[in-house]
Amino acid sequence: MPDDELHLPLVNSLLERHKGAPGALLPILHDIQERIGYIPDAAVPEIAHALNQSQAEVRGVISFYHDFRTAPPARHILRLCRAESCKSRGAEQLAAQLRERLQLDDHGSSADGSISLRPVYCLGACACSPALELDGRVHARLSAERLDALLDACREDA
Amino acid sequence: MMPTLYLPTDSLARAVGADEVSTALITQARERNLPLELQRTSSRGLYWLEPLLEVDSPQGRIGFGPLTAADVPSVLEALHSSTEHPLSLGLVEELPYLKTQQRLLFARAGITRPLSLDDYRAHGGFEGLARAVAIGGEQTATAVFDSGLRGRGGAAFPAGIKWRTVRGTQAAQKYIVCNADEGDSGTFADRMLMEGDPFLLIEGMAIAGLCTGATYGYIYVRSEYPDAVTTLRNALEIARSNGYLGANVGGSGQAFDMEVRVGAGAYICGEETALLDSLEGKRGVVRAKPPIPALQGLFGRPTLVHNVLTLASVPLILAKGAQFYRDYGMGRSLGTMPFQLAGNVRHGGLVERAFGLTLRELVEGYGGGTASGRPLKAAQVGGPLGAWVPPAQFDTPLDYEAFAAMGAMLGHGGVVVADDTLDMAHMARFAMAFCAEESCGKCTPCRIGSTRGVEVIDRLLAAPDQAGRDQQVIILKDLCDTMQYGSLCALGGMVSFPVASALKYFPADFGLQPSEAEQ
Repeated sequence: MPDDELHLPLVNSLLERHKGAPGALLPILHDIQERIGYIPDAAVPEIAHALNQSQAEVRGVISFYHDFRTAPPARHILRLCRAESCKSRGAEQLAAQLRERLQLDDHGSSADGSISLRPVYCLGACACSPALELDGRVHARLSAERLDALLDACREDA
Repeated sequence: MMPTLYLPTDSLARAVGADEVSTALITQARERNLPLELQRTSSRGLYWLEPLLEVDSPQGRIGFGPLTAADVPSVLEALHSSTEHPLSLGLVEELPYLKTQQRLLFARAGITRPLSLDDYRAHGGFEGLARAVAIGGEQTATAVFDSGLRGRGGAAFPAGIKWRTVRGTQAAQKYIVCNADEGDSGTFADRMLMEGDPFLLIEGMAIAGLCTGATYGYIYVRSEYPDAVTTLRNALEIARSNGYLGANVGGSGQAFDMEVRVGAGAYICGEETALLDSLEGKRGVVRAKPPIPALQGLFGRPTLVHNVLTLASVPLILAKGAQFYRDYGMGRSLGTMPFQLAGNVRHGGLVERAFGLTLRELVEGYGGGTASGRPLKAAQVGGPLGAWVPPAQFDTPLDYEAFAAMGAMLGHGGVVVADDTLDMAHMARFAMAFCAEESCGKCTPCRIGSTRGVEVIDRLLAAPDQAGRDQQVIILKDLCDTMQYGSLCALGGMVSFPVASALKYFPADFGLQPSEAEQ
């Protein structure tokens, strides 16, 4: 990402805010991702320096946790729950519907850049399975029709 | 004069349309020139009725649900003209699902506003803290010990022993850590409590701090629960500005404060030592025990680590006494447990009852059977590492020891119901695949075994003849055994539960004759 460097002033201001706190790495990474959308590669040496850690340690943490992205996501992020409760209510059929409509594997972004797809294992909506999270908002008691309607809405706002 | 209306602000109520109902109520009332008082409360946990609108009446609150925004005009009309409405449920507290529960931990669920300190105090809030301040740390630890409270996260370790251990340590800094990384599918009680009654958790942690001499606490919330994070952070500020946190907690002269930390999508961080590493800013890798966290936990300091429900049980135990709490339950499983009904079940929701009711009462009585109306096949109790229990064993009482005796576990109290369309071979494969995805990688049985497990199940399902299947079953059982006894923590150690139970009770799903799987 050539424009990664543009994010460095923001990264450094976030580091300044957090670096004194004990165990600050996760809050730092969350803050960076919330502001920028992902963790830019250029941020890693800055984080490592601020926390007096090696870059390997920082990269190790970024790659360990499913939440952290190292590339920008699509306009919308859709996470379909694939855990037991939702599976017992047809989540696999919904997953097949998503693959078919977006021409995607369970991970990845659609060709038009409108939707990034990711599986998630439990949203705590198990009493009203199946469920998904779209741009941070949970939708439960899903049906094939409601999923289609949500996808349509994502595509229309291009 | 319009009565006061109540509608949950709970994230699952919102996921099924509570905000749309709220907007419709406000707009319609304005158009009709009706004065409207709408309070956004916590949820009762009767999720199949959400969005559940409640309306004050002289007899108690009347419920309407499940509502959509389109129902709002007719509901307002019925309220205005005092006529019947087809979605009226009558008095909410008379609904059998709720009336037969024993709500101690969730006593305020659906009644109070999550961030109203006045509501909380009007319903017994901070009485436990006041009592703890009055009787001092030694007697507080004794009350927790005598209550018989056991860790509600899954391991069911006696809480009082942990409290006494941390209290007995000498250290410049001790910590209270709340494990709110509720990752098990089929569980949502922690989420409900944090979103709906945050002061209860704060009170429980403050009591723990005063008792053990810890001056700082962390609530580690999974990132999938953003509403819980926001609510808790707001509640912390309110508690702090009202003297329940800070330099002089509840007038005790002792200091305690805390903050919320957010996880990052790693299931393993629900394991207490991986959680501690994550809080320290590292990969969530499981630690070998000993040393136990009570002696060397967060940043190497003595740390009391408990699940949300364990800490939230403490204020009541202090306020009402250990004996009051012990009077609920059976055997060594004392008090109440918020069971969570999920999956393919008609009446999904929260059922808080004393330990000892049967799985059948829970699934068929409260749950009303499958949502699809098809025959019940099994229920997975205790999350993704819990066993699939066939209906023939549904008369087992929900009790830690009774479940352990049949090779299962209660865990965090989640129950996922499945009908006859759910393929148990697929679920067994999924359990191994999930373990492979979420393994922290520290120990070999879990790191390698889970991947080999997926492969063995694939080969078993693809085997052309009985001899081939027999061979793979032997390998799979051997692998389960290695993982169960050789893994460092419960992830690798218990993934054999769903796999072995699926194989034992549903051999046909694997293409096996019953006799083959029994070998």
